[in-house]
Amino acid sequence: MNRIEAHSPIHVLSPPLPAGLRRGPASGLLKSARWRPGLATGCRHAEVFAPAGEASGAALALALARDALGADMDDQRPWLWVQDKAALRLSGRPYRPGLPAHLRHRLIHVSAATPEDALFALEEGLRCRDLAFVVGEIAGNPRSLDFTASRRLSLAAEKHGTALWLVRLDARSDLGSARMRWRAAAAPSPPPRWNPQAPGGSTWSAELFRAHTFQPGHWTLRDDNDALAAWRPASAAPDHGDLVRGPGARSLAAG
Amino acid sequence: MAIWCADLALDRWRLAEGCPAGEGADATPLALIAETAHGPRIAAANPAAMAQGVRAHAMLADARALCPALAVRPADPAGDLAFLEHLALWAQRWGPWSALDPPDGLLVDTTGAAHLFGGEAMLLADAQARLARRGLVARAAIAPTAGAAWALAHFGPDGAILEGDDLLERLTALPVAALRLDDEVLLLLRRLGLKRLEDLAGIGREALARRFRTRRAPAANPLVRLDQLLGRVPEPLLPVIGQEQPIVQRRLVEPIRHRPLLDRVLADLAEDMARMLEGRGEGARRLELAAWKVDGDVLVRRLEMAAATRDPAHVCRLFAARLDDLDAGFGIELVRLGAPWTEPLVMGQAELDAAAEKHGTSLAACIDRLTVRLGAEAVRRPVPRASHLPERAQRWAPPLEPLPGLQEDFAFHARPLKLLDRPEPIAVIYEAPDGLPRLFRWRGGVHEIARAEGPERIAPEWWRERSTVRLRDYYRIEDSTGRRYWIYRHGLAGDGRGGAPEWFLQGLCA
Repeated sequence: MNRIEAHSPIHVLSPPLPAGLRRGPASGLLKSARWRPGLATGCRHAEVFAPAGEASGAALALALARDALGADMDDQRPWLWVQDKAALRLSGRPYRPGLPAHLRHRLIHVSAATPEDALFALEEGLRCRDLAFVVGEIAGNPRSLDFTASRRLSLAAEKHGTALWLVRLDARSDLGSARMRWRAAAAPSPPPRWNPQAPGGSTWSAELFRAHTFQPGHWTLRDDNDALAAWRPASAAPDHGDLVRGPGARSLAAG
Repeated sequence: MAIWCADLALDRWRLAEGCPAGEGADATPLALIAETAHGPRIAAANPAAMAQGVRAHAMLADARALCPALAVRPADPAGDLAFLEHLALWAQRWGPWSALDPPDGLLVDTTGAAHLFGGEAMLLADAQARLARRGLVARAAIAPTAGAAWALAHFGPDGAILEGDDLLERLTALPVAALRLDDEVLLLLRRLGLKRLEDLAGIGREALARRFRTRRAPAANPLVRLDQLLGRVPEPLLPVIGQEQPIVQRRLVEPIRHRPLLDRVLADLAEDMARMLEGRGEGARRLELAAWKVDGDVLVRRLEMAAATRDPAHVCRLFAARLDDLDAGFGIELVRLGAPWTEPLVMGQAELDAAAEKHGTSLAACIDRLTVRLGAEAVRRPVPRASHLPERAQRWAPPLEPLPGLQEDFAFHARPLKLLDRPEPIAVIYEAPDGLPRLFRWRGGVHEIARAEGPERIAPEWWRERSTVRLRDYYRIEDSTGRRYWIYRHGLAGDGRGGAPEWFLQGLCA
């Protein structure tokens, strides 16, 4: 996975930042120019391409959205999840008990009949100041989701400062104006400590294949105790994600 | 004061036909019929029919045998009730509030209002004259209690006024039907030989209370009705309150046929409506736009909002989506905007500039826009429900409804992020029918199960479902490429509820 870092120092051209993008807190953002979890990217429009037969796309979008919101856990604004009919049929409906605990009571779900309606709902959601972020899920490459529509969404998101995470199920990565484009797939999860036969926490193999300010790269991301973490298999500590509840709890084994 | 419109259904029919009593179509035998499970039944009959022996509640076939020339019209009980509601509002001219007494009566509280008409006798005469002028056959009576007034209006002399304290002594001659009792109770009383109020009053409270101890409803308990008649127990009545619906309209000199002009009219109307609602301190939840066309056709568009609003720009924007398919024909000459449903809305600081453009819309406005285009069913939020069945554990509620009180969720249940609307059957290859499969095929792809956790057994809800519903054993699995699913086996081998158990995939885990 360190394919890119092997070429360091990376020579990065420094293009003027587009409107709505701010430089992150680290002044060396462009020097390192490598995305990592927890970095304030300022990206308002990201696309996640994922297969329809698994929930990894939506899950990664939610994890990234939470990561982008940062430590602002007091934010109790609702968020919008828009699905078109094909996405609903292929990958199912959001299930409240399975959503992250601090997001589940704030969900407003929109089931649009057509991709046009879904795009309308996404744009209306982006214009709303009372929404924390907007997640869209659109299956395939509908004719209405062309570059113009994508650009409209980008402009609305950047104008009103609401982040859009658009999940594209079973879609080709055609023209689009998203600031960051991810390709996601499920990855084998780390075995839980107390029952190695059980599936572990959510893990995705995510490839950032196009971004305005970051180098492309490949990560294995996982949902570590309600925060996004990049997983390095080399130094894999035993995972007690299933047992540790909250930051104050300590692992029984370590005590 | 009690008013009894003795012939309400026929009077309404006469008013609708425009024929005076006993003339025209009313001169021949005529009956209003209601459809029942056993065929048409007479609801009301006019005097000519009554003279031939036609009675109300008789079957039409029997009445036809007596009077072959009987003409019939359909009865309209719903229309009668609506008419009665309007009459009740109109009757508030004689007292501050009035109540319905279905199917054909009214009760008006005239306490302290009689002197405005020059005494109770004058008031009663005024009521009778005005009701007669409206073409209604009505009897009215005034008494200290609603029950006594009702009894006198139905069974007393015409235009009776009861004063004084000893109510029972003056009313003893009335039949027991004057107590507003059910038919069944009246039949019972007749079999017991109790015909008049004096008979009831003569046998003592204890005996009556014991005989009717299981009857709770006042209409089934003669003792309660007697007490209400005499004013010993209170009798709450449900008053009719007129709701004035805010309406603004524009008559147009020249019929309009084009959309930009209509938009202009709509904007004016929305501003008028905002001013009117602001004066009342209310906001509209439902709006109705009616456009009268030159050819007499009326086009109606309705709009419902998630939260009370009176913002003209918002209203115009919502209506704009609804006006696209409006066919103006030869032109629209009258446009009216009404708000049938309003809610209190406090005054707000006016927007000093185009804040919505700058700072974004509010959540209620956003949901209104989504709902208008996509429908109310499309914008929902999940709300938990007390059920172990996964698909029943959440229901979908309107997005701005307050959340119901919740119990804590089970923290140890791992649930999938998404649930398929219908569990999809999967073909499995297993070693033992009770165990976990090694391979399964779903949507054309083969998945090899690498790791699994389970089973989590979820039994059917026996209090709700049939006894033959099978239980489910849920497994959380991860396949060899890391995809995580939630699958279940429907039933057990040999549970006597069908053949070999089938496997389904229901959830997609994060």
